[in-house]
Amino acid sequence: MAFSDVNLTRARDIVARYPRPKSAILPLAHLAQDQDGWLTAEAMEEIAVLTGVTPAEVQGTCSFYTMFKRRPCGSLLVSVCTNVTCLVTGGPAILRHLTERYGDDDDVTVEEVECLAACGGAPALQVNYEYHEQLTPEIAEALVDDYKAGRRTPRTISGAQR
Amino acid sequence: MTDVNDVPKVERPPGVPMSQWPSAYEYVLPTGAPGTVTLTIDGREVKAQTGDLLIKVAQDHGTYIPRFCYHERMKPVGMCRMCLVEVEGMRGMQISCATVVADGMVVHTQSDAARQAQDGVLELLLINHPLDCPVCDRGGECPLQDTTLAFGPGESRFVEEKRHWEKPIPISELVLLDRERCIQCGRCTRFADEIAGDALIAFGSRGAHTEVITFPGDPFTSYFSGNTVQICPVGALTATPYRFRARPWDLSAVETSCTTCSVHCRGALESSSNRLVRLLGVDSEPVNHGWLCDKGRFGYEVVHSEDRVRHPMVRKNGELVECSWPEALDVAAEGLKRALELNGPKSVALLGGARGTNEDAYVWARFAKGVVGTDNVDAQLGDGIPAEVALGLPEATIADLDRAAAIVVVGLDLKEEVPVLYLRVKRAAEELGVPLIELAPRDQGLTRYASTSIRSLPGEQGETARRLADALGGARGTDAGADAAAALLEGRAGDIVVVLGRGDLAESAASTVRAATELARLPQARFIVALRRGNVRGAMDLGLAPGFLPGRVTLDAGREWFGHAWGSVPATVGLDAEGILRAAEQGRIHALMLLGTDPHDDCPDHALAEGALNAAGFTIAIDAFVTDSTKRADVFLPVTMWGEKAGSVTNLEGRVQRVGQKVSPDGTAMPDWRIAAELALRLGVDFDLEQPEEVQDEIARVAPAYTGIDSTLLRRARDGAVAPVADHRDELVLGPVSIPLTDARWEPIRPGLDAVELEDAKTANDEADALRADRLTSVAQSAGAPPAPALHRFTGGVTDTAPPARDAYALRLVTGRTLYDGGITVAASDSLSELVADPVLLISPQDRDRIGVEDGAEVRVTSARGSLTLAVRADAAIGTGTAYLPFNLPGSGVSDLVDLSTAVTDLRVESLS
Ligand code: SF4
Ligand code: SF4
Ligand code: FES
Ligand code: FES
Repeated sequence: MAFSDVNLTRARDIVARYPRPKSAILPLAHLAQDQDGWLTAEAMEEIAVLTGVTPAEVQGTCSFYTMFKRRPCGSLLVSVCTNVTCLVTGGPAILRHLTERYGDDDDVTVEEVECLAACGGAPALQVNYEYHEQLTPEIAEALVDDYKAGRRTPRTISGAQR
Repeated sequence: MTDVNDVPKVERPPGVPMSQWPSAYEYVLPTGAPGTVTLTIDGREVKAQTGDLLIKVAQDHGTYIPRFCYHERMKPVGMCRMCLVEVEGMRGMQISCATVVADGMVVHTQSDAARQAQDGVLELLLINHPLDCPVCDRGGECPLQDTTLAFGPGESRFVEEKRHWEKPIPISELVLLDRERCIQCGRCTRFADEIAGDALIAFGSRGAHTEVITFPGDPFTSYFSGNTVQICPVGALTATPYRFRARPWDLSAVETSCTTCSVHCRGALESSSNRLVRLLGVDSEPVNHGWLCDKGRFGYEVVHSEDRVRHPMVRKNGELVECSWPEALDVAAEGLKRALELNGPKSVALLGGARGTNEDAYVWARFAKGVVGTDNVDAQLGDGIPAEVALGLPEATIADLDRAAAIVVVGLDLKEEVPVLYLRVKRAAEELGVPLIELAPRDQGLTRYASTSIRSLPGEQGETARRLADALGGARGTDAGADAAAALLEGRAGDIVVVLGRGDLAESAASTVRAATELARLPQARFIVALRRGNVRGAMDLGLAPGFLPGRVTLDAGREWFGHAWGSVPATVGLDAEGILRAAEQGRIHALMLLGTDPHDDCPDHALAEGALNAAGFTIAIDAFVTDSTKRADVFLPVTMWGEKAGSVTNLEGRVQRVGQKVSPDGTAMPDWRIAAELALRLGVDFDLEQPEEVQDEIARVAPAYTGIDSTLLRRARDGAVAPVADHRDELVLGPVSIPLTDARWEPIRPGLDAVELEDAKTANDEADALRADRLTSVAQSAGAPPAPALHRFTGGVTDTAPPARDAYALRLVTGRTLYDGGITVAASDSLSELVADPVLLISPQDRDRIGVEDGAEVRVTSARGSLTLAVRADAAIGTGTAYLPFNLPGSGVSDLVDLSTAVTDLRVESLS
């Protein structure tokens, strides 16, 4: 079973909210990703069953969005911007530092992203899509460690707890 | 025009959960009031119906608007933007495939602005499209090539590196995908979802990375996958049997009908160097809408199988050895004469004939009944529906399904047996809103589209049908399921179309006959008898059934008529297949003719078939292959197959259509009807038939239901003719149709390929002649001919016996046909034989737990007849108390369990672990 019991109940509730079960594909994909950190094949199969479509359709829908991860991903997703403003204010150094620091930490996945529309606070990054601005490599590392240690609560899109 | 914003918004009443509240936001194309509109296309005034799509209206009036995603048989999506046109007063360019015509519309498809837009779209499409046409299967018949030449820039400003992908990737056993060629038109994915109902392919990723995907481990194993190859507008999808086999300009085509099953989908059969290489679907409105199933599409491979018998053989010193035709025919005739002299015509029997053409069937029937004098003739094998029922029920056509008050499917799994008819029923239920009532022993292909499914256990089909017929006839209140079905018909006028077949070969045919009898009581019931074998309907219609003479007349009714036409007919009604096999088993059949039939593998009762084949006297095989049955023959007469002979065939709705010859056989095989005529000559009767057309003309003269369906009509009738043609005159379309605007093989291919050849000969007189009332209604009679016999009508009256009670530990066997079975079409075709599944006994999860076995475990299955060992699996589609095993799968051995003389087959299933 891809969904935990709690999340399966939630999933059924979500499906019931829509006139057509198919409409629940995206919220269920968020739920599954929040549970596992990424969208597993089993999760997509289960979403297909819950929404009455084929797994190919679920994968087709989910692969449209880069925010759905189709490879294992840590429970903390750190998205570091290296677009123009961040480029000139130190984004690449943050990216390098975090990539090295958390290279073999399964809980943390560091990715490079395009402009987060936070140029005014550059360099910027997101941890599980929560914004943090005006960073240095050291502040960024401390920030991620805060999340890891539970001093900050990582967000999930669906509101589900892992 | 209706604006989407004008759709009234309805508030959800308090307390009603969202899940029970229908959405007001359906995607609807605005239609406006019904009626005719007048619009101007490129300066010409044209009339159209409200609701018509601009692209189609333009096409019907001779203006081709380029397109990629639009397909006449699918809903418009407006994905490719190739069909942009200028409409005065509308801002920007409009996609004509999703624009509905309106009164007063002024459209420019060739203005500078329109051409520039079309040009721009093509240049964008070509950004990532490789220019590898010389090594692409589509090169030479490619819509993208053609459209680029006609509407495009010819030269791209894009100089950067194009996309690269691993190529090709198989998306199923039969279909390969070269992703870099894909232009994301969505034809394949829409077909899979909308038409086939197998949404196993979808678009993945986005932007320049968009690709057609399958889910890992879940390939595009649709029975209809080959259609995506045909409708793909580029070379992105290719079929393994055709890939790199030929270039389009080397091919020549003939229009034909697929005879792999009894739907007879129209197709264009293509060959290169005397080898069949491809069958493309032709869009016939009354039959197949252009679709083919994969078995039909790729089954042509059987024709070129290495195992074909190429020359006649006779048995010498216990071995079949090649010989000359005269020798083989003489030996066969001698054998027949000996049997006749010693034991009379009753000792001769003829089995099979469902694989041939109507001409074959007719000449065999004339040979057996008019020359040999035996009525022991049957084109079925104890797995069908008796001819008095099949030929005598009030009939419906396939197109009647679209406008029926309701469709009742009795027994068979249409998806497995007659796939393209399945698509039609699915469409009627899903798209056209026709209530679909299913009566079946388990969940099967159509179940998900059924408005209501009534489960009937083996042996109870007749009783279930009685309750349904009662409720449909107004007597409600005894059966909730039947009442629910009847409620679906409220407010719906029209016929109830019953699709009748044998869903369970372990249940005696009497059950099906009883079901037909019950439903036939309803005055509005009309039937499509869905027997699967290729031309079984044509064979029965033309006399290859006991008690019948050609043209749906009984032996008794037609005695005088055929006595006059043929000289003589058998004195009494003969045996059906089961009777023939029993008589043979008891040594009473001294000469047995097997016409392309394999009782050993294809008769539900294996012990009976085996005993009969061993005990039969002189055996003549008229076949293309040595099978488990024909290997025992004393003489082997090799026949030409589909694609190697011209003629006509009759599909399950009674439509007579032509099949074309495209290649000549290797070796010296002959068409069946010629062999029959040669044997008749050796028995002293000269049929004087030289060409298939002469046989067609004779059929039209003497077979009452085929009156008027002669070679002229068959050549001119675009969609064939439904017999008896006097009842279906209005449906005849004569002569060539409007020639397609492009000859692209991806557009719905119009029927009439062959009719086009006849263009020169077409005159007004000719048309009038083809439809002349006296040709269609009366037989050209010689002086002194008796009055034509009346067509047979089934009047019911057959009863079945209640099945014996099932003891609590037994499971009642259901065995039905699967598409990829052990038949010769699949076995002798390289691509299809890969697709045959391993036999597994399916039981309900409750029964599995009761028996205490794991899925995949081996079990011993025992019936009163025999036993076998095979794997078991639980499946929720199977009803408790029943067990399902596919029929005629290599290794399933199910025919070892069945006894044709019993009403049902009960099984014991024991765990072996
Ligand atoms: S594979 Fe062919 S049919 Fe399918 S989307 Fe691509 S171009 Fe269209
Ligand atoms: S449905 Fe029957 S007739 Fe049509 S393509 Fe398939 S096998 Fe041939
Ligand atoms: S460039 Fe980094 S947030 Fe805009
Ligand atoms: S044909 Fe109209 S958008 Fe593709």
